Formats: sequence, C-alpha cells, structure tokens
Amino acid sequence: MSGNVWIAGGGVISGIGQNLGQCMAAFEAMQPGMEKMRHLQSVHAGTFPVAEVKADNEELARKAGMPAHWSRTALLSMLAAKEAWQSAGLGDISQYRAGFVSANTVGGMDKTEDFMKSFLDNAASGRLRHVVHHECGAVTELVADALGIRHHVSTISTACSSGANALMYGARMIRAGMLDVVIAGGTDSLTRFTLNGFNTLMILDQQPCRPFDDTRTGLNLGEGAGYVVLVSDEIARKIKPWCRISGFANANDAYHQTASSPEGIGNFKAMEGALKMSGLAASEIDYINLHGTGTQNNDSSEGRAVERLFAPSYPPLSSTKSFTGHTLGASGGIEAVFSAWALREGIIYPNANFTTQMKEVPFSPVTHFSKGHALRHVMSNSFGFGGNCSSLVFSKE
Amino acid sequence: MQQAYIQGIGCVSAQDNALFSGTVRQHEGNRLPVADPDYKQWIDIKQIRRMGRVIKMGVAASHISLEQAGVARPDAIVMGTAYGCLADTGVFLNKLVTQNEDMLTPTAFIQSTHNTVSGQIALMLGCHAYNNTFVHGAFSLENALQDSLLLLAEDPSKQILAGAVDEITDYSHNILSRFRLYKNASTQNLLQSNTHGTIAGEGAVFFVLGAEKNERSMAALTAVEMLYNPASEKETFAHIAKFLDTYGQPDLLLAGRNGDTKNDAYYAAGEEKLFAGVPVAAFKHLCGEFPTAAAFAMWMAAGVLKNGAVPAAAMFKGKAPAAPKKILIWNHGGGKHHSLILLSAC
Repeated sequence: MSGNVWIAGGGVISGIGQNLGQCMAAFEAMQPGMEKMRHLQSVHAGTFPVAEVKADNEELARKAGMPAHWSRTALLSMLAAKEAWQSAGLGDISQYRAGFVSANTVGGMDKTEDFMKSFLDNAASGRLRHVVHHECGAVTELVADALGIRHHVSTISTACSSGANALMYGARMIRAGMLDVVIAGGTDSLTRFTLNGFNTLMILDQQPCRPFDDTRTGLNLGEGAGYVVLVSDEIARKIKPWCRISGFANANDAYHQTASSPEGIGNFKAMEGALKMSGLAASEIDYINLHGTGTQNNDSSEGRAVERLFAPSYPPLSSTKSFTGHTLGASGGIEAVFSAWALREGIIYPNANFTTQMKEVPFSPVTHFSKGHALRHVMSNSFGFGGNCSSLVFSKE
Repeated sequence: MQQAYIQGIGCVSAQDNALFSGTVRQHEGNRLPVADPDYKQWIDIKQIRRMGRVIKMGVAASHISLEQAGVARPDAIVMGTAYGCLADTGVFLNKLVTQNEDMLTPTAFIQSTHNTVSGQIALMLGCHAYNNTFVHGAFSLENALQDSLLLLAEDPSKQILAGAVDEITDYSHNILSRFRLYKNASTQNLLQSNTHGTIAGEGAVFFVLGAEKNERSMAALTAVEMLYNPASEKETFAHIAKFLDTYGQPDLLLAGRNGDTKNDAYYAAGEEKLFAGVPVAAFKHLCGEFPTAAAFAMWMAAGVLKNGAVPAAAMFKGKAPAAPKKILIWNHGGGKHHSLILLSAC
C-alpha cells in the first residue's frame, strides 16, 4: 500500500471531438457539442438537444476495428481506450501486468432497445446478437479483448460517478502492487432508455444547458468515453507522465434515490476526503472541474458543498458538461482526462452559456478558455443517482 | 493478500438456514426462484409496495448480515450484480416501446440503475461511507470482495458490508432460454443429469467483513482470485496449481457444477488433475445457475465451517469431511471467467 500512481496518458471521444486534440480545439473555439439528434432514433429528437459523437456506428466501427453491429458503447470505449494507451507511449501492453477498469451505465442497451420491439411482439423473435452484449461487463470485455488485456478486467456502475470510481479502483490496485498499468475510465452511448428516463424526471433542458447559471433548467445528455492510463512509480520513471492522481474519495449522500441533499453532504464528504488523501488544503486547488450538470438540484447542492469547503476564496471552476453534455457513466473518465491534461498544459476550461450569477452561491464559473497557467493541483467531481459521490485530485508532481 | 473475517451473513435464496439441519427445498423445472422471506421484517410496509424485488432481496440480506455482526452502520458498502435491476429495466423498456416514448413515469427508471440496491441500503442506513457497485458478469461478486479486501488493507479498522444480488425475470428467463442455457430438471438429480443445460437461479447474499477476528466471526475469507479468459484448460489448471501451492489443499472443494455436460467436464478434469482425494461438494443444484451464485456458495461454506459439518445434500464426490478447516470455491462461467474463493475456519 505505498507509492504513487501516475497518469501516463489519456484518450477521449465526445460530442465535441473524436480525440483529445479535437476536444481541446472545441473548448478553445467555444463550440459546445449540443445539436439536434441525428444518430439516436427517438420521438424526442426535435425537443431535446444532445451532444452526440458526430459519427454513425459504421464510421466508429471502422475506426475501432470492430463490427458495426456491436453496441455503440463498446465502439466509443475502444476508440478512447486506444487513444489513451497510444498516448502513454508504453509500447506493447502484453509486457505489463495490465488491467482495464471501465465504467458504464447502459451497457449494450442501445441494441437491446431495438431487440425489444420485435421481442414484445413475439417472444421468439428479435435477433439474439442484439442482446448478447446487453450486460455492462460484456461491453468492457469486448474492448479488453481487443486491447489484449487479461490480468484484470472489471466494470463499475455507480450511475454518474461510475467513471471516477473506475480510476479509484485502478489506482488502488496499482498501489497494492497487483498491477503495473491500468486503463481506467468510462463509456456510455446515448439510448432512448436514458433519454426517456431523464425526461420522466423532468431534468432535461430543451435549450443548451447552463451549468452554475441562475437560469439553468436542466441537463443535456451526451455520449462518449474517456480513459486515463494509470501507472506505478516504476513505470512512470520510464516516461514523462502528465501528472499524478494524489487524492480520491467516494462517499454517499444517503438522502434520496435520485436527488442530492440541499447542502450536498455526499458532495462535501467526497471533496473533503479527496483533499485529505492528497494532503492538500482547499486553498492549494488551482482549478475545479465541477460535476455541474445544469439541473437546479445538482448545481445548488454541489455549489453549497464547494462553498463550505473553499470559502472565502474560490479557485477557477467550470463545468465542461456545458460542452460535452452529461455523458453519465463516461463523464468521470472524460473529465479525468480533461483535468489531467489541464495540469500538463496549464489549461482552464470555460463554462459555456453562462450569463446570470446563481443566487445560492457567491462564486461564478470561468467563461473563457485560457492556457499557460502554472497549475499544481486540479479537482474533478462526479456525483450520481443512488447518492454516489466521488472526487479526484490530480497533482503536477 | 489481506485476510478478512466474516462477522455476519444474510442470504435470500431458494434455500434457507434449514439447509444445515438437513432440510433441502427441492424443485422441478428450469427456473429456481428464491423463497421470498417476509420482507416486512426489514422494510417499511409503505416502501415495500414500490420497491423492486431485487432491491428487497438485497436489503433483506444486508440487514440480516449486519444484525448478525452487530454492526449498525458499516464503513463501506460494496456489491456486485451482473444483471442489475432487471424487473424495473423490463417495465421501463416495455412502456418505452409500447407507448412509443410517451407518458412514461419515473419510478421504474429510478429503480433500474445498477447501483439502486447499494444506494437504497445506504439510504436506509443513513450511511455516508464508501459505496461501490461492480457489474461484471461472473466477476461481479469477486470484484466486490477484492475491493473489500483492499479497503481492509488500507484501513483495518473498517467493517465492510459486501455482497451480491441477481434476479430472474420473465423477460430475462425467456431471452436467456433462447441461448439454450436451461433445461427442465429436478434439483435432486441435476448434478447427475449429464445433458446440455442447467437450471436458472437467483439470490442475494451479504457479508460483514472485518480485519480483526471477534466473537461473532464465522469464518475467514482467506483469498479471492480471478482468472480471465485463459487460453486453455492447461493454463487454468496451472493457475489453480499455483494457488494451491500458496494456500495448500482444501479439505473440501465446492465446485460450480451445474449439471451441464460441458460445464461440468471442466470441473471433472480439474478435480482429477489437481484435487486427488479431495472430497467435492456442489451448490448450484441448491441455488440455480447465475453469475453471482458463488455468493451463495460462500454462505454455504461459512455455515459448514461454523457448524463443522457438511449438509449431505451438498456432497457430490467422496466422503464429507468431519469439521473441515478449509473450503475452496472454484466457479467458472463458460470457461472464460474462473474464480477461486478460499474460506477457512477461525
């Protein structure tokens, strides 16, 4: 149980780009990814904007080297995981004790939805190949097998905090000396299941979402995948890692199955725990990548928890979900990549669509892209249904 | 690796504690449901009506284990589920399709997420501690156990609630049956059936795990290992042989035999090659086949270690050992996922 865990690289695919470079260009150009639905077939296509990955399954499958009839969740996962591994420059993965810890919330639901149409008409119909990868873990294994990872393969599903918990589990296995490298993060594709589910909760915005803005009325769903490559001290010595994962914590709000407590108890405990592990004072955090979904409830609870921990002086903070939408099980992974890259490049990400100061909190998010900052410590928040709250802290050294 | 003591166990399955007094529930068919306990013992009557069955199973099992351990609020909740909350997923999917995405209500969606059970347990206990859910097929339970052991290694003062749940629904049974996994059989003869297919099962089991032995400790969880996607039987056996080098031969092997010819042939080969003279017991004729069935095997093994006797109905091969000290659970899913879980008397 000793030693550090380093971020050796990362990869991301989202509604604002099919790799990290494209995503960065979108932030710099202030171009959020929300548009009218094109790839997901839904009666709500004209109502709710979404941040889709701008490619159909055929194109994604071709790039991923996978069959196009596989779940989009797996295709997105493969593309981001591949980019992550390549960016680390560690060569052949088979020479390491390697793990793949991938989070998702929908698994192969995109295909199951199609299957159900025929199945509900006649229980003997519907193509079985559409349900064979329904389980969350099956999606992870398609990618692990394609990457050639066998030492450890696992899947975490804690709603919108899933991806962050994947990083924590991976880091802890490295610390325990069980593995040398872990590709950790999350993936989720857009599905009618989640779109309609969030719609029943009445937390989808028909306009582009406005996290940490007084006029916010809900979230926009997105899709994508994001992974970091976690490595031990020994491996990190051979390369130039982006940064170190210096703290993390998982706590439960234990307030309601879907809503956050007004004062953000779980959010506070997660952030406080992550800071404690990193040995840092709140004042040493140079940027916070907020969970910031854009719902009334989340932003107010998260905001009050941030206030309790950071008042009276707040670091620059923003929600990149104002660009990528809420990518659910992928968001913790995608935002971990953004946070780790922010440290390497000195970037502070903008919060799109901000106009009006929130009444509940004394701070407001950053609205412009900037780089060249001497960032030393960055925090990333991920909170979800079931009260699941996780925070990560990344440090330059 | 860190060792843990099992301070309490709750099990909602097709069997109950009567298994250890010689009463076994037999069943005919291709689907072995849990014997639902009276959930009012643990859950408010107003909540019961709305709560999905798999959530009730999980809440009940977790309460029993905490009560046994004398723990009011654990320091972590870690669980595994391969399928998640299938019933509510099915309800929401059905309405989504038949109502063409119109006039849907949130209850089923809220209860469909994979972390619903662990979230609900935390909510009912007012437990703000670490909370995690693994959803990885036949490795879901094993990762929950591994996560628990890591937590105990990081902080030995913790008391951890760990477990697994999985349910069968009409939809899931129908769809999985189309993959030709199941057959009609009697649980009594399942292990000897030697034909293609098995019986579907379900269940919820929770454990309270601590690093220190106390007066409530029933057994020790000595080791958990997973082997993913071995290239050959040879590789699997080499892996198990290495495990046995480290931990020694068990007094009893608890194998995941399920009555399916191909599935059981793997065990037969391993038993012959690696476990000569070791008596073999089985558990899937008592709980059915499902990805987290090894949790039921752990409940059984801990009961055997505590009571010092193996229920006759569990024995498959050899003579039941008197007062066994070490029981190894070897379970595999389609030959792709192998898990080894070693329990020891304490």
